[in-house]
Amino acid sequence: MKVKETAIPGNHNLMPDDRTGKSALSRVDGRLKVTGKAKYSAEYNVKDLVYGVMVGSSVTKGTIKSIDTKKAENAPGVLSVLTYLNAPKIPGYQADNPSPKGPLKIFYNNQVYFNGQPIALVVADTFERALFASTLVTATYDTEAHQTNLLTNLDKGVSTRREDKDFVKGQANAWQSAPVKVDAEYIIPTEVHNPMELHAIIARWDAGDKVSVYTKTQGVKSSQRSIAQAFKLPPDNVQVTAPFVGGAFGSALRTWPHEIAAVLASKVVGKPVKLVLSRADMFTSVGYRPFTWQKVSLGAGADGKLTGITHEATGQSSVYEDFTEGVVNISQLMYACPNINTRYRLVSLNVNTPTPMRGPGEATGAFALESAMDELSYALNIDPIELRMRNYAETDPSNNKPYSSKFLAEAYKIGAEKIGWTERSQKPGTILQNGWHIGYGMAAGMFGAHRSSSTVTAKMQADGTLVLQTAVTDIGPGTGTAMASVATGVMDIPADKIKIVLGDSSLPPSPTQGGSQIAATVGSAVHDACTELKEKFKSMAGNTDPADYIKILKQQGLDHLEVTTTSKSGPEQGKYSMYSWSVHFMRVLVHPATGVVKIDKAISVADAGQILSPKTARSQMIGGTIMGIGMALMEEAVIDHRYGRLVNNNFADYHVPVQADIPQVEAYFVNKADNILNPIGAKGMGEIATIGVAAAVANAVYNATGKRVRELPITPDKLL
Amino acid sequence: MEDERAHILPEADSGTSENSRRNFLKQSTLLTAIALTPATAVKAAEAHVDEKIAGAFEKMPVKLEVNGINHSLSVEPRATLLDILREQLDLTGTKKGCDHGQCGACTVHVDGRRVNSCLTLGVMVNGKKITTIEGLAKGDELHPMQEAFIKHDGFQCGYCTPGQIMSAVACIREGHANSEMEIREYMSGNICRCGAYPNIVNAIQEVKEGGFKV
Repeated sequence: MKVKETAIPGNHNLMPDDRTGKSALSRVDGRLKVTGKAKYSAEYNVKDLVYGVMVGSSVTKGTIKSIDTKKAENAPGVLSVLTYLNAPKIPGYQADNPSPKGPLKIFYNNQVYFNGQPIALVVADTFERALFASTLVTATYDTEAHQTNLLTNLDKGVSTRREDKDFVKGQANAWQSAPVKVDAEYIIPTEVHNPMELHAIIARWDAGDKVSVYTKTQGVKSSQRSIAQAFKLPPDNVQVTAPFVGGAFGSALRTWPHEIAAVLASKVVGKPVKLVLSRADMFTSVGYRPFTWQKVSLGAGADGKLTGITHEATGQSSVYEDFTEGVVNISQLMYACPNINTRYRLVSLNVNTPTPMRGPGEATGAFALESAMDELSYALNIDPIELRMRNYAETDPSNNKPYSSKFLAEAYKIGAEKIGWTERSQKPGTILQNGWHIGYGMAAGMFGAHRSSSTVTAKMQADGTLVLQTAVTDIGPGTGTAMASVATGVMDIPADKIKIVLGDSSLPPSPTQGGSQIAATVGSAVHDACTELKEKFKSMAGNTDPADYIKILKQQGLDHLEVTTTSKSGPEQGKYSMYSWSVHFMRVLVHPATGVVKIDKAISVADAGQILSPKTARSQMIGGTIMGIGMALMEEAVIDHRYGRLVNNNFADYHVPVQADIPQVEAYFVNKADNILNPIGAKGMGEIATIGVAAAVANAVYNATGKRVRELPITPDKLL
Repeated sequence: MEDERAHILPEADSGTSENSRRNFLKQSTLLTAIALTPATAVKAAEAHVDEKIAGAFEKMPVKLEVNGINHSLSVEPRATLLDILREQLDLTGTKKGCDHGQCGACTVHVDGRRVNSCLTLGVMVNGKKITTIEGLAKGDELHPMQEAFIKHDGFQCGYCTPGQIMSAVACIREGHANSEMEIREYMSGNICRCGAYPNIVNAIQEVKEGGFKV
């Protein structure tokens, strides 16, 4: 059927691709996704499948005194109940890791490090029976006093790694002697990725030393390595399949203990095991953005020029493993300032280990720095955009290298125009319309633009179909669509003649989907592979049009022609600093009597280099903005510190944005190629879409009300 | 399309449980379910003859018409429609996102109404007509809402998408798609963590304004 075109305000995803002049590609896997045919990790119809359900510790710190699994074992359909008492030893857990800290070893000993830590896995012939039997497992513990509260343990922060060394450029704490100062503390609570797809795995042993898994992962090759390492198998004996991943945002960057447990359980029961985490499990099993305390101090002259930046942060990790992230990095890099010092500390608590969540530490750091910049703008009575322009870094302040590309100033201009910045009042709390305060805010973001190595096979088949294969995953950003978009440009064939094959560890290697590097990395490899393939055709063409691939294959008597190309960045990159940039603008409404905050309009603008796939890129950008709105206004995993237990580990109590919270979010791109980073000119976008959003919302709330909220989320109680 | 398919399920295990079912039945009958359980069953439980009764109770016959196909199933009373669709009928287009009716990923139509299939026991929909995402298209011809979701990129990872589309179709049918605000309100039971909300609204508006039969 044909869908009628209608003009819808704010709808920019139907714009043409200005790279090709043609209409932008729709998602290449769209049809599979709208018909329910896209298969996610729990959805493979594997013969003789049995079901696992996890049992978590009900205490927060201590040792397991006893576990009673008898009742569960006797329940109908139960095949096995694994605990540390009976689970076969996992070979990779033994001996060769002398480090006292590391990933949680599941069913390893009687130690309990956090509430909800898996203590048993019940396996039964149906899900219902496994779930019921899991309620019959009981344990007793010798409990010890636990610590789950970062704020009461800030004095225990330590520097854990060399990278966390204190940073000083110029003079430390120079802000103190500046004529205009801002000095404030900021807090972000624990935020949980909560992708819609529950983490799930189906594990099946195909032979004594060969295992296949369908699992939720951002990197099939890294999952392959981790499982091979745990079970001491050759990596090729581990097949990891994940062609569709129902979101992750960082939660599937690593192989988690439940995945190891499922592989182990499959070995024990001699059948394929499916383990789907519950939504409650998702809060304690697959990481989170850690609760973080920060202090930012800025000093400036009356002209608005920064004279000193000091940024301190303390994050949290588990007691068994250190997790650090680049919270303070943004302050070292964002603004031209002669004196910068930063300090990052980590506190070990009785919680599970965090993991990078979209925009990771930079999103946390940007909330503090960009809030502080806003505070400074009011202290100086200078427009916040103007303040940022007066401190605009033309070269990297941390090492004086030139940028490979930086079009942040252009992004400011686009965003200011689209939000209607001229309507903003520099004096907070002065615009009241229909009983609501109106406020405008903005904040910037940045994230390293990386490119690593990727190998792509490009194969032209006799029927003119181009097959592109690589072991990257597409967790939602539209990697496959961007690959098709690059290939159509090089090969000059329509997208419906391109077949994308991803998410399989037996394919040529590509990096894990994470850190905003895939478009630049895999896109470049597709470009290089297609270019090489096209050259091959050219050399065979003779008098035939070199783009008539079907005819050339026929003339040559070939049923296909393929190349496999590995592509990575060259040494010239060392001369440059490479970053993607973003700015977010918000117009908010704040209700004076109730403190309710509504986002009225959100505009995000990115300098993410050349946009490869405009439709999916726009979606990725607005999605990141929406996740940032969640961070700003509602997301907070709450622990009752008396018990060390989460009290809102479900979607009814842990709020994420829903339709009613979100206006028409608009995304724009500067869309200028970075030809130093890679041949296609693309820079990453996944992180910058979220970095800075929370500060933009907080700044708009201040502009609306005159109330500065430095502790997220900005719930109504904080505005009354 | 009438295609009767009998689903043969594994027999209930026997002999594996010494006490559990008896205890369960006793406790549940004595504590909470006296009103719901026939007096004879309570007596039987007390008389330690409940294993057979429990075995008989364990599965119940259910007839469902799913996407125009009739299924005669034998299901546990505690099995949700969601798990029956996914685990027994291999209709994995309907997604599990929370199992608590909090996310909408499992939305299907029961006799034309949208419901959270995770909060619906299979035995509650005996004899009813179920439509899942797999039943929305007519062969190769996509439903207008599916077309509009592709066109407006109303999804990223695709996991919440079947639930969103089933909800979106129902939203129009219910008459709750008359404005952008109304659509947002009536689509707020379907969470999209990738943040495709504005695109979803655009897709629904286009289908609504295009006057397509949904």
